Amino acid sequence: MTASRKKSREIVEAGLARRRRKEATFRATGMLATAVGVIFLGVFFATLIVQGASAFKQTFIKLDVVMSESVLAPDGELDLAYADFDGLVRNALRRDFPNVSGRGERRELYRLVSVAAGYELRDLVAGDPSLLGSTVEIWVPAASNVDMLIKGNIDPSIDESLRPISDAQVAWVESLQRSDRLETRFNTALFTNGDSREPELAGIRGALMGSFYMLIVTVALAFPIGVAAAIYLEEFAPRSRWSDLIEVNINNLAAVPSIVFGLLGLAVFINWMALPRSAPLVGGLVLSLLTLPVIIIASRAAIQSVPPSIREAALGLGASKMQVVFHHVLPLALPGMLTGTIIGMSRALGESAPLLMIGMVAFIVDVPGSFTDPATALPVQVYLWADSPERAFAERTSAAIIVLLGFLLMMNLAAVIIRKRMERKW
Amino acid sequence: MAKRSTAKLLLASTLISMAIGGTAVAQSGRDYVYVVGSSTVYPFSTVVAERFGRSSEFKTPKVESTGSGGGLKLFCDGVGVDYPDVTNSSRAIKQSEVDTCAANGVTEIVEVKIGYDGIVLANAIGAPAVSLTRADLYHALAKEVPGGAEGELIENPNRTWADINPALPATRIEVLGPPPTSGTRDAFVELAMEGGCKTIPWIKELKNTDKNRYKAICHTIREDGAFVEAGENDNLIVQKLEANPDAFGIFGFSFLDQNAEKVKGAAVDGVEPTFDAIADGSYPVSRPLYFYAKKAHVDVIPGLRGFLREFTSERAWGDEGYLSDRGLIPMPEDERSEVAANVRELKSLTLASQ
Repeated sequence: MTASRKKSREIVEAGLARRRRKEATFRATGMLATAVGVIFLGVFFATLIVQGASAFKQTFIKLDVVMSESVLAPDGELDLAYADFDGLVRNALRRDFPNVSGRGERRELYRLVSVAAGYELRDLVAGDPSLLGSTVEIWVPAASNVDMLIKGNIDPSIDESLRPISDAQVAWVESLQRSDRLETRFNTALFTNGDSREPELAGIRGALMGSFYMLIVTVALAFPIGVAAAIYLEEFAPRSRWSDLIEVNINNLAAVPSIVFGLLGLAVFINWMALPRSAPLVGGLVLSLLTLPVIIIASRAAIQSVPPSIREAALGLGASKMQVVFHHVLPLALPGMLTGTIIGMSRALGESAPLLMIGMVAFIVDVPGSFTDPATALPVQVYLWADSPERAFAERTSAAIIVLLGFLLMMNLAAVIIRKRMERKW
Repeated sequence: MAKRSTAKLLLASTLISMAIGGTAVAQSGRDYVYVVGSSTVYPFSTVVAERFGRSSEFKTPKVESTGSGGGLKLFCDGVGVDYPDVTNSSRAIKQSEVDTCAANGVTEIVEVKIGYDGIVLANAIGAPAVSLTRADLYHALAKEVPGGAEGELIENPNRTWADINPALPATRIEVLGPPPTSGTRDAFVELAMEGGCKTIPWIKELKNTDKNRYKAICHTIREDGAFVEAGENDNLIVQKLEANPDAFGIFGFSFLDQNAEKVKGAAVDGVEPTFDAIADGSYPVSRPLYFYAKKAHVDVIPGLRGFLREFTSERAWGDEGYLSDRGLIPMPEDERSEVAANVRELKSLTLASQ
């Protein structure tokens, strides 16, 4: 007896070192795996921030513009649509640099300032026609190449033919800097403008509003339908082969590639129901199909986590089945349902593939004002900018990604907070 | 308390969904120009759309990038506010597409040639400059090349550029290019590969006798890793070239123009891909760009006539217009004025006379 016990003890002791070693290796592997994940995430965020941070700043140039009547209204009458505001900008630049002569050189000089300058002057005069004839001091956005030079994205020391900005232009920019007529400010255009092909004018407002309208449609459709389906399937539906089939299908639907929903949206909503192309309404409908399975699955899980004792107690006190569900089960399951909904929404916000099929990958300048106006979405804007040849769009792409990630972070944070605040433990 | 807020939430969301349903029904008409088509013309079309939107009382046109073929398909689907007014194309419309259009009631189409685009073969700025012929390109990238005897084809044996032409560097052939869905790929295959392929006499003969075989020989790109499909994103190709000085990339001239300090274009048939060489036609790998407008929509869709006018104005497509800043190579002046006059008169396309 004692001999055999001693033997088993010896066996265990002999194996102990090996067991400990195994455990240490397992832990180390786990830590390594986590570290790799964290490092990838860190590199991703770091490159984004390094590349994108500068997009939140924009270079401006100060001009003293003479609102000359002879340029704006040569025949005595001011017509805002045809008045030559660009001419005013050119005159102002020429006054700043009187030594610049020759057609080619002047053209280079005019290119220091963004085409936005003319539009800004027009808006100024449209708001206050009495400005005509006076001299206005105005800060206008610099052209994107000047902006890139100031931010160090264009190296002025390399050969002139290799960079998009000439030696003369570099010299003018330096002279503007010396006379304090050039400064960098917060880039408000990035948040107030729609898309543009001029990087210094491009903003994410249009895409943001498009995403906003789409998510409204998505939440308005997917949440009630998803919750209703979940309640029916969990509380009312008889357990049969049919309900099993439905359950399997819903789970399958959650894993269907998103582009398939885009094709479905094109066939059903646009071709058959004749809804407008590129509209947030259609985008929202497609995204609600996409998020519906996610919401149903999350809501069913939330309902399942309500203890049966609650239902039984309510039934025992004479509540009807309906009263049990709406007075007791639903309020207790709601935090879980909301969490699922928010996670579904954040998936919908980051989705771009299905929108390709329904015409939301498009160049749209005007900020959408309703559910049927043409619109894009934030991830689509990222895609469009990433494909633009102009250098300055690279940093704006990163900036748009930062904004998108910010929204996703906020939504997921909201889901966590709701869960922590409202969740009940049994 | 909890139950009432739940009921309210459900009620509110139902109301919202009903309100949305209501707005959908109210949709009718269209007060903006709707453009679809080629991703190559997209950068130019969007600039015109934006300038037009800002300087006129009309809304900014909506420009969708669908590819040339996809754009023409949408365009030819019918007449009415649901269908595009204009489609961009990096190739001329085909007879089959004109027939589809006509079958759907789109009988009068205005063809507008807007200028040229060069396709460049570029490598990193630090890598050695090369000068290639179109025949070199064919031998480097075709799946099968002619063997010793006439009419014989062998699997492409060329591994390094020096295998093709001893004057070229002895580096491995590695070319990053767009996928087959891209118009740039079509044009490259047609202009560069076929151009080189045609220099072999017996293959040139085939064009008249066996057109399918001719196309298969000249248009098929090798699949053994020497040609890498790098996706539609040309910025990505530029980045990869910077990282790998031995690789070459195929993309449009505007990307070379914007990234002149990172990559440089290879000379083809002895001609450097410069703005002037593409404009005067001496650079061989260049193609015309077009857009097509629906005559029935002019004066029905607000702003369409103005948009056509803006696109064909000197300040847009002229020698010093804003499109040339974006890399569009302008047509000669007399050709411009001819096209512009046709657009003003809305002269419709007659393919038979071409």
